[in-house]
Amino acid sequence: MYYLKRILFMIPLVLIVSFLAFVFVRSLPGGPFDKERQPASPEIKRNLRAKYHLDDPKWKQYALYLGGLIRGDFGPSMKYRDHSVNDIIKQGLPVSMTLGLLAFCFAQAIGVPLGFYTAVRRGHWQEWLGSFIAIVLVSVPALVVAPLLVMVFGIKLGMLPVALWDSPKHVILPTAALGLYFSGRVARLMREGMLSTLKEPFVMTAQAKGLSHSAVLLKHAFRLGVLPVVSYSGPMLADLLVGSFVVENVFRIPGIGVSFVNSFLNRDYTMLGGLVVIYAVFLLLLNLVVDFLYTVLDPRVRYT
Amino acid sequence: MDGFTNAFPRRGKAFCFAVAVGFPALTRLLARRIRPRFALVTVGVALFSIFLHGCGGPVDRADVVIINGGEPETLDPAIVTVQADLRLVRALFEGLVRLNVKAEPEPGLAHRWDISPDGLRYTFYLRSNLVWSTGEPITSADVLYSWRRVLNPMTAADYAGQLYFVRNGREYNIGKLTNPDEVGIQALDPLTIQVDLVAPTPFFLSLCTFPTLAIVPQKAIERHRDRWTIAKPLPVSGAYQLDFWRLQDRIRMRKNPLYWDAAATRSEVVDFLSMDSANTALNLYKTGEADILWDKTLVPSEVIDVLINDKDCHRFSYLGTFFLRINVTRPPFDRPLVRRALALAVDRRRIVERLTRGGELPAHHFTPAGIPGYQPPDGLKHNPEAARAALEQAGFPGGRNFPVLNYLLTNPRIEQQIGVELQAMWQEVLGIQVQLRQNEMKVYQSAQTALDYDVSRSSWIGDYNDPNTFLELFTSENGNNRTGWKNPRYDELIGQANRQIDPVKRAALLREAETLLVEEEFPIIPVYFYAGLNFFDGTKIEGVYTNVVDEHPIQAIWKRK
Repeated sequence: MYYLKRILFMIPLVLIVSFLAFVFVRSLPGGPFDKERQPASPEIKRNLRAKYHLDDPKWKQYALYLGGLIRGDFGPSMKYRDHSVNDIIKQGLPVSMTLGLLAFCFAQAIGVPLGFYTAVRRGHWQEWLGSFIAIVLVSVPALVVAPLLVMVFGIKLGMLPVALWDSPKHVILPTAALGLYFSGRVARLMREGMLSTLKEPFVMTAQAKGLSHSAVLLKHAFRLGVLPVVSYSGPMLADLLVGSFVVENVFRIPGIGVSFVNSFLNRDYTMLGGLVVIYAVFLLLLNLVVDFLYTVLDPRVRYT
Repeated sequence: MDGFTNAFPRRGKAFCFAVAVGFPALTRLLARRIRPRFALVTVGVALFSIFLHGCGGPVDRADVVIINGGEPETLDPAIVTVQADLRLVRALFEGLVRLNVKAEPEPGLAHRWDISPDGLRYTFYLRSNLVWSTGEPITSADVLYSWRRVLNPMTAADYAGQLYFVRNGREYNIGKLTNPDEVGIQALDPLTIQVDLVAPTPFFLSLCTFPTLAIVPQKAIERHRDRWTIAKPLPVSGAYQLDFWRLQDRIRMRKNPLYWDAAATRSEVVDFLSMDSANTALNLYKTGEADILWDKTLVPSEVIDVLINDKDCHRFSYLGTFFLRINVTRPPFDRPLVRRALALAVDRRRIVERLTRGGELPAHHFTPAGIPGYQPPDGLKHNPEAARAALEQAGFPGGRNFPVLNYLLTNPRIEQQIGVELQAMWQEVLGIQVQLRQNEMKVYQSAQTALDYDVSRSSWIGDYNDPNTFLELFTSENGNNRTGWKNPRYDELIGQANRQIDPVKRAALLREAETLLVEEEFPIIPVYFYAGLNFFDGTKIEGVYTNVVDEHPIQAIWKRK
């Protein structure tokens, strides 16, 4: 029941987001058909604007957009005129999601053990080294990591392709470039979570019961220690699944992360309208999943 | 999706499958530790299906891989305007006339034509063996349909102006005429088309090579409307057919065996990579993933002085000009003397030698040199003394009381550098304060159209090899004028020139018009002519010939094995 309510509540939220996106992008100077090369006569531009309903009153345009939203049809792209927004999302989203998912797994696979280990080895040199690595990962953005990886593995060593999305080999560098930053974040959260959990009285109780050290850590402490990572994972996954502009641009990956930025720069109103809604839905849904996982991991949390 | 999922061999799918099976197994393992395994397994399965969908798998390498430009906006000949996209469209759809490897007009779908002595009537004779790639014959009805479609207001074709030279073309396009039969295009019989022009247009054959006037498939367009270029099968009239179009990635073309000149098509499969990042483009070229890089914007400007000495770099002069527009509606720029002072103070050599560094030539006139049969005026050379004198004569000795000049520019780094350089020049020579207003592309374009600037960076690339493609810009009613400059004498000269049949007299009229632009009135200041760059290994790639319009028929290109 609780979850049903949450899902129903998403509808007005998505509507508000779509309305704001509609208003903001249209209030910017410049439109989709402003070009360096203007048509030879003003009538041509008028024809164009008429075709895409840009000269209709604003409320009518919004109604049109809303109608499309309900039918799940965002209309034709104003920049890529041969494609509908749905076509573009249908082609790009799975690619971005694949890459995002791989990067997500990558970040967890590196971040969780790293954070766990540095927390457990508190006060030893391993903690300092691990924390240092995590800080480096967090502070170096993909804008730097991606070209660096390309230079080393693609050009100097010639082991991996420098760009494109053709084969499993092409997946490795972008995954690393996208995932490394997040692995640092995850490691730090994991460490914090573990450190505070290890202070809890139930850990001492478990130890007093005579459980082995590793059993205490893995079975009892881990479950609570991982909570900060879980709550971060929702927005992180949403962020990763809809693609990254930098990584998709550097590796020329046919995802929608690039479209997100470009549709704004191109004032591709319909495209941007579609992408914003998709992103909002992802974010809301994944937050819901996170809340659900909380009830699974922490027996103290219950929703009614 | 349907287009390319089949194109992937099995190896990639197998990999995806392995990972996808591994992932739920992993979640299962985790689920044993953390109780409700059901939930996690479900999530795993859902993610697995996404994975299978998004995992491409290897694509075979094409015979020739070309880095062509940004993601194509469209492949519809009536709509296309970007040069990189035009190259693709030329390969798919042919007009009555086509370009040869040197970018000169030669017979295309029409094997010959007659021109009436007054230059007003063209009669084209189609080849008798023409068919669409789907097998139906191409006839004069297709030509009629294609040209009328461009002019139809509902098509909303940016380049409909290319057909304004045809009688009643403009009237039909702007809605003054509603009956397309009144447009001066007629089919005399299934293989003969008669075209009546408004004025003898000496470059009309060049226009006929332009994709806007290419022949398109009526039935497919009527069936699939705006999305006809992505529907399958796509009937084409050109040397190549569309194999698949993967957005933000590539377009793959395959030889059209039914093309009338298919015997001359050298490469079976050609890939056109679309690209935004110059660094990525260069990496792909340097690692051999691409054979040709021919888009100038995809050459990193930071290292251009090194790259132009590369043995793979083929340089040529290009039919394009970087120039400045001056807003003549804003005082004090409404006075030709002020504009003259600004023009005289610009040291073009400093800009091409220090900043652009790609072999660009300083421009003192608007039309690039090298257009056959045309000698542009000399224009004004850099002369600080004369510049100061002109400004003084205009009432601003030493720049005193001159308002702050607002210079409009866009984002690319080279544009900023040029802005700073101009700022310094005008400050040093004329004592004028310059404020640089850097705007994102769309804001810049709308500001320029709204005449919300004093001086604005500008560029123009010629559509065909004739001065008219440059000079018609500054006629009073042209949408690309955007300076507020209106000069009846200029309009008259351009009009007369395009009614003139004698090429020598015509050139003289055009030259007189251009003299108004660059020696007397200065609504614009030419700065430099673009240099073209094509990267390819001359020992391996055959059939690419550099030329001023940077057009290269794809069917002539092939790679030595």
